[in-house]
Amino acid sequence: MLAYTVRRILVSIPVLIASTFIVFLVVVNSGDPVANFATSRQPAPSKAAVAAFARHIHADQPAVERYWNWITGVLHGDFGPSVQSNLDIGHDLFTRFRVTVTLVAAAMLIALVLAVIFGVFSAIRQYSAADYSITFVGFLFLAMPVFWFAVLLKQAGIWLNEQTGSTFLGTIGEKSPYLEVDTWWNEFTDHMGHLILPTITLALVSFASWTRYTRAAMLEVLGSDYVRLARAKGIRRGRVMTRHALRTALIPLTTVTALDIASILGGAVVTETIFQWHGMGEMLVTAATTIDVYRLMAWLLLSAVVVIAFNLIADLLYAVLDPRIRYD
Amino acid sequence: MTDTEAAGAAGIEVPRADQEFSVKQRTQTQLILRRFVRHRAAMISLVVFLLIVLWAFIGPHLWHYSYGKFTPDNSQAPSWKHPFGTNASGYDAYAQVMRGTQTSLKIAILIALGSTLVGAVWGAIAGFYRGIVDAIMMRIADLVLTLPLLAIALVISSRSGGSWYWIAVVIAGLTWAYVSRVVRSTVLSLREKEFVEAARALGASDARIIFRHLLPNALGPIIVNATILVATGILTETALSFLSFGVQPPDTSLGLLVAQAQTAVDTRPWLFYIPGAFIIAIALTINFIGDGLRDAFDPRQQRVRQ
Repeated sequence: MLAYTVRRILVSIPVLIASTFIVFLVVVNSGDPVANFATSRQPAPSKAAVAAFARHIHADQPAVERYWNWITGVLHGDFGPSVQSNLDIGHDLFTRFRVTVTLVAAAMLIALVLAVIFGVFSAIRQYSAADYSITFVGFLFLAMPVFWFAVLLKQAGIWLNEQTGSTFLGTIGEKSPYLEVDTWWNEFTDHMGHLILPTITLALVSFASWTRYTRAAMLEVLGSDYVRLARAKGIRRGRVMTRHALRTALIPLTTVTALDIASILGGAVVTETIFQWHGMGEMLVTAATTIDVYRLMAWLLLSAVVVIAFNLIADLLYAVLDPRIRYD
Repeated sequence: MTDTEAAGAAGIEVPRADQEFSVKQRTQTQLILRRFVRHRAAMISLVVFLLIVLWAFIGPHLWHYSYGKFTPDNSQAPSWKHPFGTNASGYDAYAQVMRGTQTSLKIAILIALGSTLVGAVWGAIAGFYRGIVDAIMMRIADLVLTLPLLAIALVISSRSGGSWYWIAVVIAGLTWAYVSRVVRSTVLSLREKEFVEAARALGASDARIIFRHLLPNALGPIIVNATILVATGILTETALSFLSFGVQPPDTSLGLLVAQAQTAVDTRPWLFYIPGAFIIAIALTINFIGDGLRDAFDPRQQRVRQ
């Protein structure tokens, strides 16, 4: 298993290089931050200042050379210069990643637990009223645009705050700006209050698609011979469901959840924008609008590493869940 | 003259066709159509979806307000004159939602068509030739899959000025790889079938086998995928437009309309709920249509007979 893991990591390196190189070329050719610098300031900067700026962000070098310098720099922990002065990209990246992880972790856990419960229930009671309702709700959330739902939740939060006269449900940012931190309890409730609405938003979207997967996988397993055999041997229904059926049904779900979580860790862009969280998603949007090449590359690198890592975890979990699979 | 008619003419009593056991010949297409028509949710969805399409494309020609024209009324609640109300600057929301639906649908359909066309041909060629051609083509597809859709779309659209076909081209340029994977796996199993061998024995060229035999037989998964791509396409485009990286004013899309109305949920709720409801209706009906098509193309997944 260790040899397999090492091999997988080695194989992913060329893919990572090719992918970052393509994105680098696209970003470098998609706009001119130097021209933005020269035209967007009042009073207009001098020619020398513009030239110094171009040198500072390496815009005066050819693209291939820039890419090479960037990738060797990253290996030394240097993520390159930002178009914003006094912004340490490496520090920015990890602060934001922590913010996004706190946002995503709870949401994904809730979504996963609910998806398994409702998916299994839906499959066991196939074509019952409950199954139809769960399926319909699933379809509805799959069709609902996240931004629309998030704005609605935000409004509901504001309304609830007004009705109860409290400020518990935070709708802006990850914590209150002028919080008097007298006790850790106050700080904790403040964080929780800000987490609730974005967590619900993220959880419901993932929940909808994962329930569909669980249901489909469970239905396939329930119709198989070994489940019938287990029942025929006289094993209790509950035990057959959990130990025989669910364990196998979880296998396709691991791939889907791993990929979904990985991509959402790259930034829940819409959710972060609406609730004004300073996470990975906001970083991507700012970097793209300001054509901040190195900032965007830092974002890309971290999210690509997360995708690769989660893919690997999913494949390793396969071996744990399915005794037929062995990696050596 | 058929046998029955001949017998009837001869004065011999024959049972009528509906009284005897008769086997009616049906083509594959007829079978699929029959299965689809019997899928109630899918049929209702298809009707609703087609009505929305007709409304969005024909409606603007019949409606007396244009989406880009000010009306003297601002911030009006829905009325006979303005069925969806007006916004703060006096635009007629009915005309704007019609235009937004049209733009969003155009983008979503172009995404589905473009990525399906490229992906299907790409996957079919890779699956048909296998070996080194397959390896190279599928590695390229894998590479495209690793590119972050949102990042590329954000970067390119901030430059392209938000014309609708550019948004569609960018999104389709990153989603065709999914289609190519699906089609390749289908073609890999199809190419071993006897009818391909027969075609080859008759001297058919590679191109003829790919386009006349393999692709038509892989049509099931291709069409199902294309349907789902319309739904994901409309959600991606509206999200991009919501973040102001998609369609730009004065043109409008359903995502942009929701974005413009997000501060007015309390004061002018009609501006927020109606475009949102249209996105949901379109994505929901398409998902149901896709579900019905999947059942129709794949009889193994059919529901129990009722």
